[in-house]
Amino acid sequence: METTTKTLEPKQKVYFDLTTSPHLHSQWSTAKVMWFVNLALVPCIASALIFFGWQQVFIMLVAVLFAVGTEAAIQAIRKKKVTLFDGSAALTGLLLSLTLPPNFSLSATAIGSVVAIGLGKQIFGGIGYNIFNPALVGRAFLQAAFPVQITTWTKPNYAVDAVSGATPLAAFKFDKLLTETTSLAIGNVGGSLGETSAIAVLLGGIFLIAVGIVNWRIPLSMIMGMFVFGGAFWIINPQQYPSPVFQIFAGSFLFGAMFMATDWVTSPITNKGMWIFGLGISLVLILIRIFGGLPEGVMYSILFMNAFVPIINRYTRPQIFGQLSEVKK
Amino acid sequence: MSSKTFRGGVHPKEYKELTEHLAFEFLPATDEIILPLSQHLGKEAKPLVKKGDEVILGQLVAQADGFISAPIHSSVNGKVLSIGKEVTPLGFPKDSLVIKASENSVDKKFTLAPLNPDTITPDEIRQRVAEAGIVGQGGAAFPTYVKLSPPKDKVIDVVIINGCECEPYLTRDYRLMIERPDELISGLKLIMKALGVNRGVIGIEDNKPEAIKILSHKVEYEDGIEVISLKTKYPQGAEKMLIKAVTGKEVPPGKLPMDVGAVIQNVGTAIAIHDAVVKGEPLTIAALTVSGLGIRNPKNLYVPVGTPIQNVIDYCGGITEDAVKIVVGGPMMGIAQYDLQAPVMKATSGVLVLTKKEVAENEETPCLRCGQCVDACPLNLMPTRLARYTQLKRYEDAEGIGITVCMECGTCAFTCPANIPLVQWIRLGKQKVLQMQKERAVK
Repeated sequence: METTTKTLEPKQKVYFDLTTSPHLHSQWSTAKVMWFVNLALVPCIASALIFFGWQQVFIMLVAVLFAVGTEAAIQAIRKKKVTLFDGSAALTGLLLSLTLPPNFSLSATAIGSVVAIGLGKQIFGGIGYNIFNPALVGRAFLQAAFPVQITTWTKPNYAVDAVSGATPLAAFKFDKLLTETTSLAIGNVGGSLGETSAIAVLLGGIFLIAVGIVNWRIPLSMIMGMFVFGGAFWIINPQQYPSPVFQIFAGSFLFGAMFMATDWVTSPITNKGMWIFGLGISLVLILIRIFGGLPEGVMYSILFMNAFVPIINRYTRPQIFGQLSEVKK
Repeated sequence: MSSKTFRGGVHPKEYKELTEHLAFEFLPATDEIILPLSQHLGKEAKPLVKKGDEVILGQLVAQADGFISAPIHSSVNGKVLSIGKEVTPLGFPKDSLVIKASENSVDKKFTLAPLNPDTITPDEIRQRVAEAGIVGQGGAAFPTYVKLSPPKDKVIDVVIINGCECEPYLTRDYRLMIERPDELISGLKLIMKALGVNRGVIGIEDNKPEAIKILSHKVEYEDGIEVISLKTKYPQGAEKMLIKAVTGKEVPPGKLPMDVGAVIQNVGTAIAIHDAVVKGEPLTIAALTVSGLGIRNPKNLYVPVGTPIQNVIDYCGGITEDAVKIVVGGPMMGIAQYDLQAPVMKATSGVLVLTKKEVAENEETPCLRCGQCVDACPLNLMPTRLARYTQLKRYEDAEGIGITVCMECGTCAFTCPANIPLVQWIRLGKQKVLQMQKERAVK
C-alpha cells in the first residue's frame, strides 16, 4: 500500500491510502468462503453421526488433521506461506471423510487425506491451480487401494429392512430392490457418511446458493441432466432402469452436485460452461450407473468432467456486450 | 411495476443514509481558488488573463480550444495570482489559474444574457451550452455541447437523463432531483429541443422512491417525457447499462450512445443547461456530496469550482481519527487523493473520507476460478482472464478477448473473493494494448 504524509492541521500527520478504485470490496475472502462451505457441511456431519454413530467423528477428525498437516508440511518444504487457517485443506479433508463408508479404517483415511492434498492439490501449485477436485482424487486413490473396504457398507442405526447392508444403488443394480424415496430423503439407508440424507445435503447446498458461493447453474444442470438422460432410460424400460427421481436421491448424486461439482477451482468460470459441465456429469454418471460395473459413479463422472474444464472455458467465452448489436446510421 | 435493468452487476452497501436527508448548503468562497485549464475531456482551455489581472465571478478566464474543449469561468471575484502547474484531483498536475479572492466585492457578478427557453432555437441552445462551459456532470466531464451536436447522419430518438446515481455514498443527484425538479425538466426539454428529439426519459434507481414520485408527478402533463424506475444495482448509471435498461439496445464496443440513437445527460448537467439558458449563468458551481464515515459532518454542498478539497473538508468539520483514504468521486470509480490542495472541478460529484472499516482490504490469494467476476461483469468480459494475460504480458491475447472494452467500473474487483486487484491489472493491460495498437497504426 502506498502512503503519503499530509499535514492537515498543524502537528496533525495523516497517512493516506492511495490504492486505486474500486475502494469498496464485498469483504469476501478465500478463507471466509472456505469456512462457509465447512459450515454448510454441518447438516451432513450431523446426519452421519445420527445414522452411523458418534464414533464416525474420528474418521472426520483424522481426515481433517491429515489434510491440514499435509498442506502445512508441503508449504513449509516449498517455503511458501503456510495457510493453516484458510479452511481449504480442512474442507478437502472433511469432504473426503464424508464420501467414505462408515467405520472406514482410520489409517486408510489418513492416507486418503495425504493423497488428496499432496497429489490432488499441492503438486499443481496449491490452491487455485489444481485441475481435479482434491477430495475426489483422494477418494479415487482409496477406491483403487482399498477396493473391498471402501465398498463395505455398514447398516445405519435406523435402517429400513429392504436395504440391509447394501446401498440403495447397489440394491437396485444387483437385486432390483427399490428404496423408498422418503428413506433416501431422510438418510436412514446404507451409503457413504455424508451423502445418505438428501435433506441434510440440500440444507447445506441451499445455504451455499443463498450466500452466493455455489452457482445454482451447476446443481440445477446436473439435476436436469439426470431427468433427461436418466429419464430417457426409465421411459424405455421402467422395469430395468430406475426413475430419475431415484437416480437423483440415491447415492452421492446430490452431495456431488452441491459440494463436489461446485468446487470453484475445478469447475468452469462461465455460466454457459457450468451448464455444459453439469449436463456432462449427469450423462457420464448415467452411463456408469447403467452400463458400468459399479453401482455408483458420481466421483468418476465429476473427475472426468474436471478434465474438460479448461476447454469448456475456452469455448464458452461470453459474447461481449454490444458485439452483436447493430449500429444505427 | 418491476424495475428495468441489465445483466450482471453488484450491489455494494449504499451508505446513502449519511447524506440523503440533507438539503444542499452553499460553501462560501475561500481565499484562494485553483482553476485547472482542463476540467474536461479534450484539449485544455487557453487562458485569457495574465498574472495580476482582476477578475469577477462568472468572467470568462480561459477559452475553449477546438471542438472538443470547454471554456473556464472564474468562480470568485479576485486577482490572478499565478498561472502554472498545480495539483488536480485526477492524480497529476495540470496548468491552472490560481485566483486570490477579494473580500469586499461579493456583489459583482458577470452573467450572460438570459434567453427565453420557449423561443430559443437549437443552435442558440448549443451555443449557450458551449459558452457557459458546461461539461458532463456524471464524472467523465465530456463537453456537453459536443454531445448536443451529433453528426448530421446520426438519428437520435431518445434523450435519457441519468438519475441512477449508482455509486454508493453519493446523493447529489438525488438531492438535485427532489430540490430542483422543475429546472431539471426544463433542462431536459432544452436538450430535447437542441437535438430535435421528442422522447425524454428520466431513469432513476428504485432506491430513490421520493425522486421517482416527485418527478413522475411533474412530468404527468409533459408530452413525451416519462420517468422510468430502474433496479438498484451497480453500475446501473454507466451509459451502456442505462441505455440497455431503458431502450433494450446495446451500444457496441468502441461506439457511442448516439450510435444506437440515444443521448445521455446527467441530472446536474440538465440543471446547468437550464441555469445557463434561463439565468445566463456559466458553470462555476459544483454540486457535490461530502460523505464517508471519516468526515465529521457529511453534507450535500454547492461549492465554487476551484475550491481546494481541504476547505471542503474543513467546512464539514474535518476528518475523524480513523480516516485512512480520501476519494474524489464515488467509491467505485473515484480517485484517491494525495494532496488536499487539489481543487473541486466542474464534474466533481463527491468528496469521500473513508475509514479503515469501509476500505478494509483482505489478503490477496490465487484466483479460485469461481467465475464471480465473469458473472458480475456488466460488459460480459472475463476479468480474471484479462488480469492473468496482463500478468503474463500476453497483451495480444488480452486484446483478443476485449480488454479495451473494459470501462473499469470495478464490479469485478469488488466481487473477487480472492481479493485480486483486477481493475489495476486490467488498466495496465489496457494501456499496453492501446500503446501496441498505436504502434501498429504507425506501421
